[in-house]
Amino acid sequence: MQSDGQALLADGSADPLLCLRQITKNFGRHTVLRNISLSVASGEFLTILGESGSGKTTLLRILAGFEQPSSGEVWMAGERLDPLPPYQRKVNTVFQNYALFPHLTVEENVAYGPRVAGVSFDEVRTRVADALTKVRMLSFKSYRPANISGGQQQRVALARALVNQPRLLLLDEPLSALDANLRRQMQVELKALQREVGITFILVTHDQEEAMTMSDRIALLRSGELEQVAAPDEIYCRPATSYTAQFIGHSNLLPATVRQGMARTGSLAWPANVPDGSALFSLRPECIRAAIATPGAVRFRALVLDYAFHGASELVRIETAESLTLTVRCPQRGLLRGHVELEFSPEDVVLVRESAA
Amino acid sequence: MFSRAYKTWVTLPPLVWVAAFLVLPYALMFAYSFWSVSAAGSLRHTWNFANYGQLLGREVYRQTLLRSAWIAARVMLFAVLLSYPLAYLLSFHTRKGKDLLYQLVIIPLWVSYLVRAYAWKTILGTDGVLNTSLQYLHITTHPLHFLLYSPFAVVLTLTHIYTPFAFLPVYAAMEHIPRNLIEASHDLGASALQTFWRVIVPLSMPGVVAGATFAFVLSFGDFLAPLLLGGPSGVMISNIVVSLFGAAYNWPLGAAISFCMLALVIALLWLSERLEKRWAWS
Repeated sequence: MQSDGQALLADGSADPLLCLRQITKNFGRHTVLRNISLSVASGEFLTILGESGSGKTTLLRILAGFEQPSSGEVWMAGERLDPLPPYQRKVNTVFQNYALFPHLTVEENVAYGPRVAGVSFDEVRTRVADALTKVRMLSFKSYRPANISGGQQQRVALARALVNQPRLLLLDEPLSALDANLRRQMQVELKALQREVGITFILVTHDQEEAMTMSDRIALLRSGELEQVAAPDEIYCRPATSYTAQFIGHSNLLPATVRQGMARTGSLAWPANVPDGSALFSLRPECIRAAIATPGAVRFRALVLDYAFHGASELVRIETAESLTLTVRCPQRGLLRGHVELEFSPEDVVLVRESAA
Repeated sequence: MFSRAYKTWVTLPPLVWVAAFLVLPYALMFAYSFWSVSAAGSLRHTWNFANYGQLLGREVYRQTLLRSAWIAARVMLFAVLLSYPLAYLLSFHTRKGKDLLYQLVIIPLWVSYLVRAYAWKTILGTDGVLNTSLQYLHITTHPLHFLLYSPFAVVLTLTHIYTPFAFLPVYAAMEHIPRNLIEASHDLGASALQTFWRVIVPLSMPGVVAGATFAFVLSFGDFLAPLLLGGPSGVMISNIVVSLFGAAYNWPLGAAISFCMLALVIALLWLSERLEKRWAWS
């Protein structure tokens, strides 16, 4: 279902659920968001990824209705969203610190939305029970938020949002307060829950690993501008800019000169279908390997500078004859030492746009 | 961490202070409340409950005690009713001039009690600002006499004086409400009014209880406002205590009344503490 939405979106033939048109946000003279245009398909799990100060939370707050864009429009399901106050939007938020009401029990917290909406008493009860069952918190329904753990509060916050059957669920760094193990577990649960309920999720995070494991698409935000919007595998394998290449995973940036279909940096040369001139390329550390004479591969000699053990693999820093330093991910420990002969395939070298400083 | 000798030397002075200036006088007063005064005016150290019996049995004491509680209850009510909207406005809907408004509420606390009480006297008197204005505007033909030297004047003055005391805890409680709870409420579909009733009111209750307690306890024991503005119908229990210790020279009865008031106030503080604890959510 999700891949349908994406395919339709890609050729522009379907109505997306959410449409952001040239959103700009200024705080005084400071521009936090610049010209953000983005479409989100129904049932999609989109992650807005960015460093702190990139404007990702502001973007989320515009969708929730807590901030007004300085210019631009937000549309949801054919309806203009940005003039509506937060309480009139079919959008719910899971807040960073959960923002559970301390004076209400778990059950009353979850019932808050339906109750203010005037849903009948019996229906509220069944809907709240359903929502709490979904997040496995039904047995805690009479507890107060102060008496349950962070992970449990997280689940209650999710149930409290989902019980309103929103078209769109916003999650503001929902896992950042949890410890590493619980975070990984919640990532899996959250993804499974999203598949089950089929609601569009927009998650904001600074954690690229979280973005990679959970999302259908990642929107990478940098200093208030969208750097790239793509599926995790695409954004990893085909980064559009040098910033993307370096922010998501490790990357070797190769500044090269292109002449007649051949890119060259020092003694390294590989075919590149790019106009003549200088160009920047990205090469992932795992795409460089000990030479095994693969047809068409680019071979070169290098000296191992140092190495660091990373569990399943080893990250090795090498230096080529022209003092170009590269990082290599080697799956076999201790394989690369001293003078080595390496290779990479030209199709793994990706042309990237130089990101502004 | 600290040596025993150090701890002893640090805690001893305050202990001595409390013992000498609090425990001892109170104990002495408590003893007084069981003694009596002879017709000649000398103190008789015979232990009996006559003072407490008189306090409960004589109409004037019972009535004055009730009137004091009734005045204090009204002051409490008006102080809370005045300060709650003010605190709400200041805490949630004021950005510019927030500090200035806050100071305007606090500044009256720096002005002498007497000045404020006398100010009301000049406003409410027969030739006061209010009566002359009303007659000038032909709303009334004669000066209104119930304005001054009445329980009304006492309630009005005490409300004016103790509203900042009620305001401060309410305001502090509201300032402590995390703002993302307000956003969460709006996010879940609640309007501003629904958010007020369902989130802000319950979370500010501890402040209201504290503020109400302040207003009640302080005005219950007040004796200057009834003295200056109360007249015969506005006499409060503290005025009786003052006269018993002074002109009437009946310290035992005065002590008995004081201890009754103390017991009442302690009971009230205990109750408000319980309520605040129950409503302290996080």
